[in-house]
Amino acid sequence: MDSVTTITSRTLVMASTNIDTDQIIPARFLTTTTRDGLGKALFADWRYDAEGQPRPDFLLNTPEAVGRSVLVAGRNFGCGSSREHAPWALVDFGFRAVISTEIADIFRSNALKNGLVPVIVDEQAHAWLLEHPGAEVTVDVERCVLSLPDQREVSFPLENFARYCLLNGVDELGFLLSRLPAIEEYEQRERK
Amino acid sequence: MPARTLFEKVWASHEVVAETADTPAILYIDLHLTHEVTSPQAFSVLRERGLPVRRTDRTLATLDHSTPTDRAQLFGEIPIRLESARHQVEALERNAAAFGVELLGLKSERRGIVHIIGPELGVTQPGKTIVCGDSHTSTHGAFGALAFGIGSTEVGHVMATQCLLQRKPKTLAVEVDGRLAPGVGAKDLVLAIIGRLGVSGGTGHVIEYRGPAIEALSMEQRMTVCNMSIEAGARAGMVAPDQTTFDYLQERPRAPQGEAWDAALEAWRALHTEPGARFDRVLELDATEILPMITWGTNPGMVVPVTGVIPASGDAVFHKSLQYMGFEPGQPMAGKPIDVVFVGSCTNARLSDLREVARVLRGRRVDKSVRMLVVPGSQQVKREAEAEGLHQVFIDAGAEWRESGCSMCLGMNGDTVASGRYSVSTSNRNFEGRQGTGARTMLASPLTAAASAVTGRITDPRDLLA
Repeated sequence: MDSVTTITSRTLVMASTNIDTDQIIPARFLTTTTRDGLGKALFADWRYDAEGQPRPDFLLNTPEAVGRSVLVAGRNFGCGSSREHAPWALVDFGFRAVISTEIADIFRSNALKNGLVPVIVDEQAHAWLLEHPGAEVTVDVERCVLSLPDQREVSFPLENFARYCLLNGVDELGFLLSRLPAIEEYEQRERK
Repeated sequence: MPARTLFEKVWASHEVVAETADTPAILYIDLHLTHEVTSPQAFSVLRERGLPVRRTDRTLATLDHSTPTDRAQLFGEIPIRLESARHQVEALERNAAAFGVELLGLKSERRGIVHIIGPELGVTQPGKTIVCGDSHTSTHGAFGALAFGIGSTEVGHVMATQCLLQRKPKTLAVEVDGRLAPGVGAKDLVLAIIGRLGVSGGTGHVIEYRGPAIEALSMEQRMTVCNMSIEAGARAGMVAPDQTTFDYLQERPRAPQGEAWDAALEAWRALHTEPGARFDRVLELDATEILPMITWGTNPGMVVPVTGVIPASGDAVFHKSLQYMGFEPGQPMAGKPIDVVFVGSCTNARLSDLREVARVLRGRRVDKSVRMLVVPGSQQVKREAEAEGLHQVFIDAGAEWRESGCSMCLGMNGDTVASGRYSVSTSNRNFEGRQGTGARTMLASPLTAAASAVTGRITDPRDLLA
């Protein structure tokens, strides 16, 4: 995983609440055996018509979407299926951070493992972001702070370990493997 | 030691290293279930790093999500039509062989939906930690296990180390008093709970379902309830093991036997929340007030009694949802015409569910406007249903009787609902497009699904059970 320190981008806003992982990437795209190239399936049922043509009015198909790496979504983003294909698709499309007031547990965990920063903000900051699509924001992982264009700084929760992994590009598997002696000792003690 | 909850007991006994302010806990995983959809990328990571599956004796694989439900494709008489699904099935067959993982494969008589075969085999046991790259892993919590869904990266972590890095979740007690009325089932109960909690009400929490109404449920009913914990956003759902649990597990092929059974039983009897133990939150319900439920919108929290009406007003999401469903605010649900009925999924495809469906269908016909698919949860459920003649009831009524798998719950295998069509489904998600692009799903119990199949309209099953 590449290290993530700060992300500066204008936002894309999808205000719907409860955007589930079936919307982020529908099940028919899950028959892949790799994690690559899923960006084209991102929000497929909202993004393409029955003939597979892009719907011009859908946010990701508009010219503004190009180059944006921060998605602002309605409350409870990423609920439903545990498919890691959801963050894979978002990252492949170019997103580096998702901002909401609530982010579902499994999605959040999956996002962190792929360098996609889950930014949970208070209602007030969220309301402002929803009302100002395209605002240029900076996500500062080191300080756990989201900077808004009016110099306002909004802190967001990020446990120390997740922050450390993002900043240093550390993947958790390496950390777990380094603890194998403790795991073996547990197995012996518990006769597992 | 302060009084502890069931969850806290299971958590504590699996901490290899406890969490600190700087690091999550290292949590030991007793059983890793895996399937073809979320495992290929994890096996790739093991290959890239030259790592083995560390505990193949704690790993069990099956094929369920993208598998065909017709016999000819499933048993290899003809190739699997959907090419990408065929590749995925073949990938797991190759990976399981290469890494020495037991695979209950396409032709295995033990194959089935991963959350149905675990309990059936008796590998799902009280007090275990169980994970799978599948959010409905919460099903196994019905046995007093701590069971939760993980992503593919974590699937790789468990394969390589038998452990996960986890922050300890909070606890939520759902206390259900009273008894469910006739014609009202576990599915109605859990839909009512999700209606109360909302689809994110359980985020960050492990639910323990408690109280007389829960104790009165069979194991299969408890599995239905725990299965949908994730639909309220919860990490897991648990029920304390009791005599109902022990009776279900005894003599299961992979449950402890003989002296090991006695020892296990003694340990399992201690797995309950102690008096005075504190939950972070509590929700109380009275089961006697719950009616047969049905969803009207595009998430499982958008639910009303089958005799009820769609809310009269709501926010932008409410209106978007109704527009997708082709419904109007304030309309009654009963009497709405339907096109498809799906009986299946890890929520409601066990033997007792199929018996409920047969209870309604016996001597009746599926309405000619309706396509009805009955997909057993496992090959064992299929055999047991056929031994009782249930399949003949379904076939005589005009329903399709299939081989086991996830099927139309998520339509990965080609079993889909056409765009714009209405489906009454015993599955767990009514998200937009879940059963096929543009498909309109209404979640309900097996009884409500069967009753609606007979009339071709949303129907209160109690009208047909009199």
